[in-house]
Amino acid sequence: MTVNSEQSPQLQETKANFNPNLKGRYRFDRVFKTISWIATFAGIVVLTVLLIGILVSGLSSLSFDFIVNPPSRKPEIAGIWPPLIGTICLLVITALFAFPVGVGSGIFLEEFSEDNLFAKAVEINISNLAAVPSIIYGLLGLFVFARIFEPVTGGRSLLSGGLTLALLILPVIIVATREALRAVPDSLRLAGMALGATRWQTVRSHVLPQALPGIMTGTILALSRAIGETAPLIVVGAATFVPFAPELSIKGLQSSFTAMPIQIFSWVSRPQDGFHEIAAGAIIVLMLVLLVMNGSAIWLRNKFQSNR
Amino acid sequence: MTDSVLPQSLGDSARGDRWKPNRSLSKLTQKLIVLLFGAFAFVSVATTIGIVLTLIFETIEFFLEVSPWEFFTGTRWSPTFANPRFGIIVLLCGTFLTSVIGLLVAVPLGLLSAVCLSEYAPRSLRAWLKPALEILAGVPTVVFGYFALLMVTPFLKTFIPGLSTFNSLSAGLVLGFAVLPTIASLSEDAIFAVPLSLRQGSYALGATKRETVTGVVLPAALSGIVASIVLGVARAVGETMIVTLAAGQSPTLTLDPRSAVQTMTSFIVQITKGDAPYGSIEFKTLFAVGMTLFVITLVLNFFSFWFVRRFQEKYE
Repeated sequence: MTVNSEQSPQLQETKANFNPNLKGRYRFDRVFKTISWIATFAGIVVLTVLLIGILVSGLSSLSFDFIVNPPSRKPEIAGIWPPLIGTICLLVITALFAFPVGVGSGIFLEEFSEDNLFAKAVEINISNLAAVPSIIYGLLGLFVFARIFEPVTGGRSLLSGGLTLALLILPVIIVATREALRAVPDSLRLAGMALGATRWQTVRSHVLPQALPGIMTGTILALSRAIGETAPLIVVGAATFVPFAPELSIKGLQSSFTAMPIQIFSWVSRPQDGFHEIAAGAIIVLMLVLLVMNGSAIWLRNKFQSNR
Repeated sequence: MTDSVLPQSLGDSARGDRWKPNRSLSKLTQKLIVLLFGAFAFVSVATTIGIVLTLIFETIEFFLEVSPWEFFTGTRWSPTFANPRFGIIVLLCGTFLTSVIGLLVAVPLGLLSAVCLSEYAPRSLRAWLKPALEILAGVPTVVFGYFALLMVTPFLKTFIPGLSTFNSLSAGLVLGFAVLPTIASLSEDAIFAVPLSLRQGSYALGATKRETVTGVVLPAALSGIVASIVLGVARAVGETMIVTLAAGQSPTLTLDPRSAVQTMTSFIVQITKGDAPYGSIEFKTLFAVGMTLFVITLVLNFFSFWFVRRFQEKYE
């Protein structure tokens, strides 16, 4: 009883302060919810407007001639053949360098490396590289590939551009490889080694095939990022006007190059409306290529997930 | 019995004639593979070392010709003129202006979308909305540049008088939408990872859903959210094509979002587009500007590391 009488003044005080005001709070809740929905759809709306706008202004310029013609000073007869081939060549060079090096590093870090200083340094380094702006990679490529290794790469060439892009997407491929390897159950490794296989034999014949779809998905996504990159290529020295597609030879690798994003950039920065229309046409082609790549990555991922 | 069924050769092998383990060769292969892959792993370290050495080397060359005092305190930027001036503040101001406008769009919209996707959206809708945001993240930045220069600027011109053709406003706005998916996606991961028990505890105390989100869930996910915002800032500062196309190439010291500015990145594009000869002052200026950009992103990175380590909450 004494306890009760002691508490009651406090209780009364609390009661006076206790003002749930549920109506007002619920109203604020609804406002907050509405705003967050609007924010979510703002991004989607902008994406839709962008895509529709580009389709409207670019569809009229799409034709067979537009694909196979070289660029020109007259927008009516200009085409995208050299930059399109340039982008495909860059894609191949980038993949040839970034895929083995990235997957190899991923395997090394996940399967072979002990928890030592080198592994830790590589790990911190990779997450650091992810935040470095792509234009800085361009400066690296300009200095190292185009200048120091000029006798090998031929200066501001296709090879320099491809190598720069390979360095740019290397961290992405390494991270994707490590995640894919981590998803492979340990029992597989244990079984392989219990049969007397070395670590590498186990990885090559059992772990890697299991992880390959995941690695491929990550690599395709990384490559699709690479072919949309403009800034590092401009810095390495892509030319804005190249009338011929590069030759398929060592000399072709060392020749000056252009790529789809560079061509788009060059056309958008001209004042005439005619060039803006064909820029939109080139964007449609570039986005279609990206769509095919992303679509195949998603298809691979789904196939892989349903198999498990 | 078995001998009559099995052919002679297989019978031999079953007795172990073909059992040649040759462990030394396998071990040698493994050693070579580890060495090779270790060298591959070193490539990513070498990239960082290469970036740092490249920038330092040419920046020292640059400062042999231009005094650091002028570089950091000058208020005019005209390295290609006959009477060159090197006040990096002008470019920093341009980068600052476009990034701030971009982040004013990206941070609130990104965080609110993250909250919506994680807390309000039904699971089935979330499965559609997240990939849509990822598509937005996959759009090449030169396409965003086209969008800013040829669609957003003409639209803004209809109701903002005095807006020049190149302006930091439309560049910043579009930059915001380019950065938005980074912030939204990473924050959503952090918010989604907050355990359900925290939310239930908050409801049990009588909090509404919004109070739970802003009072309990967001603080619990703070380290992940800050990391995503810092990465967004780094993206905005280093973004090139949008600002080059839409914000113009005129280095002016201004905070007026309606006029043209030049950012650090668009300066680098402007110089490299025109084939700067090796060893010229323009060529060295590229690397001095690149160094400034790199130091900024490095500081942001360290801040993010420190913050995550200091404030990360671990839940069982």
